[in-house]
Formats: sequence, C-alpha cells, structure tokens
Amino acid sequence: MRWIEAVALGVAWLAGWAQQTPQPQLPRAPAVPSIPAPVAPVPFQPPRFVVVLDAAHGGSDTGARIGGGILEKDITLGLSARLRSTLHAHGIEVVTTRQADMDLLPVSRAETANRAQGAACLVIHATATGSGVHLFTSSLSATGNARFLAWQTAQSAYVTQSLKLESEIDSALAHAEIPVSLGRASVEPMDSMTCPEVAVEMAPLVGGHVTEARPVTDAGYQKSVVDAVTAALEQWRSDWKQ
Amino acid sequence: MISTLQKSIFFAMLVASVVMAAFLIRLRNRAEDRLQAQGAAAPAALGESAGNPTRVVTLYVPNDLDDSLTTVERNIPLPVDENAQARVLLENLMEAYRAPGSTHPMNVATGVNDVYFLAAPQGKGQDGTGDGEQMAVVDLNGALAVAQPSGIEPETLTLLSMMVTLHANLPRVTQVHFLVDGQPRETLAGHADLTRTYLAADAERQPGPSGAGGAGR
Repeated sequence: MRWIEAVALGVAWLAGWAQQTPQPQLPRAPAVPSIPAPVAPVPFQPPRFVVVLDAAHGGSDTGARIGGGILEKDITLGLSARLRSTLHAHGIEVVTTRQADMDLLPVSRAETANRAQGAACLVIHATATGSGVHLFTSSLSATGNARFLAWQTAQSAYVTQSLKLESEIDSALAHAEIPVSLGRASVEPMDSMTCPEVAVEMAPLVGGHVTEARPVTDAGYQKSVVDAVTAALEQWRSDWKQ
Repeated sequence: MISTLQKSIFFAMLVASVVMAAFLIRLRNRAEDRLQAQGAAAPAALGESAGNPTRVVTLYVPNDLDDSLTTVERNIPLPVDENAQARVLLENLMEAYRAPGSTHPMNVATGVNDVYFLAAPQGKGQDGTGDGEQMAVVDLNGALAVAQPSGIEPETLTLLSMMVTLHANLPRVTQVHFLVDGQPRETLAGHADLTRTYLAADAERQPGPSGAGGAGR
C-alpha cells in the first residue's frame, strides 16, 4: 500500500505548490482619491402658485335646493369647472377636489388641499338666500405658525392670510359691481385646511337701484363672478411672488 | 253585628284615604306650577306667562340681504326661571322669523324644544371674571332644521341671532351648544357646524358688516 501513500503525498504536494504559485497580476492603475461626481447646478425653483378649488357637496350630499329642481352640488361643480378653465387660461395652476358628481368626505377635501400646498384655496358654495356673493373665512382665532398643527384647528395659522385673500376677492367683486357680504363661519372642511382660504357662496342677485335681478344659474352672472375671482387671484399671485 | 275593632279600622282607612287624596292633589298642583314656570308648553306658554312681570328684551333679528343682525326691543312677560326665560326669548325670535315681511323668513311653528344650562367649561372669561358663566344647550326642534333655508349665510345667521340674543339678555350665557331633537347633529341644514360649542360673547364682538359675523371655537 506504499504506492497509495506516495500518490497521496504527491497530490498534496502538487496542491500546495499550486496555491503558493503567484498568480499573474494585471498592471493596476494608481489609486485615485475618490471625488464626488460633479452635481449639475439646480436652477432656483420658486414655489408653485397653485389654486385649490373645492366644489362643495356632491353625490348623496346635494346641498341646498336652489329652485326649479336645481341642486347646489351641480352649481358648485359647474362653477368650479368654469373657474378652473379661466384660471388655466391665465396661466394659473389649479387643483380641484372633485370633477364629477361624487361623495367626498370633508377630510378628503382638506387632504387634497393640504397636499397641493395651495397658495389660495376656494371653497365654492351656492344658496338661494341673500343677494350677491357671500365671502366667509374660518371663525377660528388667528394664531402663529407652529411646527405641528391640530387637524381640527389647522386653519388658525392661516387666518390672517385668509382675511387678506378675502379682502382681495371683495375688492374685485365690488369693482364688478356685485354686492358682497363678509363673514366668519364654521363650515367643514375649512378649519382643517392649511392654506389661505375663502368660502365663496354665490346667491342670486336681488334687483335694486344698480343691480338687475338674476338667478344663481344665470350664465352672465356666473361669468361676472368667475372673472372677478380670477382677477383677484391674479392680483393675489403678484402679491404672493413678492 | 259590626265589632268596634272593625269600625275603628274602617274609619282609620277612610281618614288615610282622605289624607292621601289631599297629598296627591297638592303634588299635582305643585307639578303644574313648576311646568308653568318653565314655560313647558310654548308657544302657549307665552300667553300663560302673561302673569309674569314684563321686561324689555333685545332680540337680534337676521337680515339675509345684507348679512346683518338688527336689534329689536320688545316688552314681554318673562318667567322667573332662567331656562324658561331663554326659551321665551328664542320663541320670540322665531316669531320674528315667521312675521310677514321678515328679513329672515322661516316658516316654523315651534323652533325650540328646550334650553338647559350647564356650568361653562373653562368658564374664566378674558377679563378673569368668569365666575358663574354658563353654557346654554339649546335643543332645537327638527321642524326648524327642515324649515331652515340651506346655505352658509342663512344658517350662520340663524345660529348667531340665537346666540347673541341669549348672551345679550342673559349675560351669564357665554357658550352655546346646539342639539336637534335631543341629538347631536353635524350641521343645521348642510352647512353650519353644530358639533362645536360656540362662544356667544365672541359672536357678539366679531367685526364685519353684521357686527356679529361669526363665532370662535
């Protein structure tokens, strides 16, 4: 059996020799200290000017009955679409909470508005009572900016800006000779929105010395309101850029 | 032959029956008096309280056309009980809503079921004189919610007129919470929030064309 041992030893010696034999090495490039890849300079991106339009009600929530079987939810949706087109035509980016007749929770509306980081948020309503356009801001008291805002009272940090936006829209509507009333109200989802916001409630025009009686559904009246609100938002955009 | 014992028992029972009858009649009269004092049967109570001393009260009547509250003074008999007073005040306000040529028309016969008072939570006022401040819980009738015109303006005006009228005539009422038919409700008629407690004093102080354009949380 000596020959078997001799063969095994030979195999072991060969294996050891193969391990010790230096492997041919390719010439290596000299080590270069790692330098971060140059980053292309990012041009300054000014924050986007986005307007959020919330057509109130929808789906099973019909809102007010305006008369003649017309429902508030349909009028608000129509006004929202009209305003969106006009704002687009003026180069203003628009985000809407709904574009169809659908149920939408107040929480979802506020979430959409807050995610869009709107520079202005308009909550559109319509009513058969009163005259002209009613503008409402949240009834919350104004507070300073905080790192965290409570959902129920998030608007409180924006009340001062909301009042300025309301004033801008008030001026534009007055310029268009549309009667305006201002007020504070507690209406969902306004208190949870983190943007300057105004509820725009369109009422019929009651005939008077200056004004001619017009229903909320009157296309000409709606156009006057939409044009005035667009003018106000254009002014708001130029104020906002400064 | 009736024994003396039986006669005695009979007379004792007779006397007991008479005493019990008198006691029950007395209880009934007291309950009637209490109900009358609380004005439990308004609007009939308005007439029943005619025996009460009259007082000049200020009602804040909404005007839908210019989003304002107009003050109207009335000399009306007011019950002694504060809950009944609040109820009579609000019923008079409803009467103004119903009146022909009303600036805030609403066809509702009875708008308020009852008014309860609670000690106002966090009752300290801004001036630190919050002792005895009260929260009025106004239980509205479902008929009012049905008759209420839907919209932010008309609904807000209805709530404001009630809050400011209560605070103006019963100054200890600083907070108001609304129920409908005894139950919490999200909105009055689709808009004005009824889940919150309103600060009546703030509602009176709010700036704006109405002089009372809103309420603080």
